[in-house]
Amino acid sequence: MTSPTLPTPEHRYVINPLFLFRWEASQNAHVLLYPEGVVKLNASAASILKLCNGTYNVTQMVDHLSERYDGSPRELIGQSLIKFLEAADAKGWINAVA
Amino acid sequence: MPKAGSTLSLDGEGKPLWVSLELTYQCPLNCVFCSNPVDFDDYREGELSTEEWKRVIREARELGALQIGFTGGEPALRKDLEELIGYADSLGFYTNLISSGIGLTPTRLVEMKARGLKHIQLGFQSCDETTANLMAGADAFRRKLEIAREIKALGFPMVLNVPVTRHNLPQIPEILNLAESLGVEYIELANIQYYNWALINRDQLLPTREQLEWAEAEVARFRERVGERMTVYFVIPDYYDGRPKACMNGWGAIHLTIAPDGSALPCSQARSIDTLSFPNVRDHSLAWLWQESDTFNHFRGDSWMKEPCRSCDEKEKDFGGCRCQALALTGDAANADPACSKSPHHSRILDAIDRAAATQDRPEALIYRDAGFNCEGGER
Ligand code: SF4
Ligand code: SF4
Repeated sequence: MTSPTLPTPEHRYVINPLFLFRWEASQNAHVLLYPEGVVKLNASAASILKLCNGTYNVTQMVDHLSERYDGSPRELIGQSLIKFLEAADAKGWINAVA
Repeated sequence: MPKAGSTLSLDGEGKPLWVSLELTYQCPLNCVFCSNPVDFDDYREGELSTEEWKRVIREARELGALQIGFTGGEPALRKDLEELIGYADSLGFYTNLISSGIGLTPTRLVEMKARGLKHIQLGFQSCDETTANLMAGADAFRRKLEIAREIKALGFPMVLNVPVTRHNLPQIPEILNLAESLGVEYIELANIQYYNWALINRDQLLPTREQLEWAEAEVARFRERVGERMTVYFVIPDYYDGRPKACMNGWGAIHLTIAPDGSALPCSQARSIDTLSFPNVRDHSLAWLWQESDTFNHFRGDSWMKEPCRSCDEKEKDFGGCRCQALALTGDAANADPACSKSPHHSRILDAIDRAAATQDRPEALIYRDAGFNCEGGER
């Protein structure tokens, strides 16, 4: 897989075009489909991947998530977002765009 | 075609997550390791129609299937391949094509891409033309190489599936280098599953333990050099492992295969189990086949198990191994897979290893997949 780019506040991400990310009613969850594999995503992973559409940078992602997870400290949201983006990038799920 | 081990990080919860459609058993190649039935040519007539395949695809999706593989034989021999890919994509499937490359053309690949094909698994025998053609029983090497380049040029993710036999094993380092230069991100050095044609040729195909250990070291060296750029899948075959493979993640657990004539199979080899009859999609809904039919329930779970599997603490891990291998080598599909060192029939595997090793210095002719062959009597 790819070597991850460390997320900075300006980074934006897109889902690896070879992957298919969508809602799957039969699993009652979002899934990520890729060559010969399936990952069932939990709600927070899915809510981040929805923001990986090339539009939002990391700062804006934190804004959106703070709104959604009202009550969680912004700093904590930022930290877990960065962690997730790093891991998802390392797994090849998402790519950083310039 | 041999298939790459699917890695579903999701419990099926009773759903057939992975559906393989064997569109046809016909194939322009004559591979000596082919796992299609020995009587494949008897299925030439009576293949499912385009509309019948579409119904299968639709019903599989309704059952919760997520991954679909178009395979064969050579699926590109079906003129409706593009249409079926497009239909599966429109229903939300992740579409995989498993092909020998023969029959694919740049025009068809472009069309498949436009119809939503996501991923291609290409069977590839060797970087050495003579060896490649020896294994495939046809002059296919250059064509395959061209089509591999074409697939990459179109931006498809591609798995190169290389069935490892004694003949191409010495070339593994060069095969890996070739895959790297092709820009392949995943290569599977696939262990031959010894059924059907491969079983007939087993003495001539099975590598020795020493050869495999050499290959393992070469693979490790390559992995070290290329790092994360490429994934190399290589595991020691069940014959040498002392434990069976967790075949299909268990019978009727997540895999559903539909044969060219519409027979529903828990795995593409299951047809060999002649004590079972396989229900046909022409007579039943997929939901009934999967959930209700005796055949799919026969080896589900572990209540069918005999000793030593029944009381074994590893049964959750390998489900007692492969039913078809148990049948082929012990005469009873409900026995433990003889690849397991706890199986009372394990000596059959050890004997096969010895026999194969003994033929190292006196190679015999390989038997090519061919329509005129009949197992009992040789040539018809
Ligand atoms: S002959 Fe070769 S390419 Fe054709 S189906 Fe068999 S293994 Fe695959
Ligand atoms: S005895 Fe049966 S369940 Fe136990 S490891 Fe062997 S094959 Fe698997």
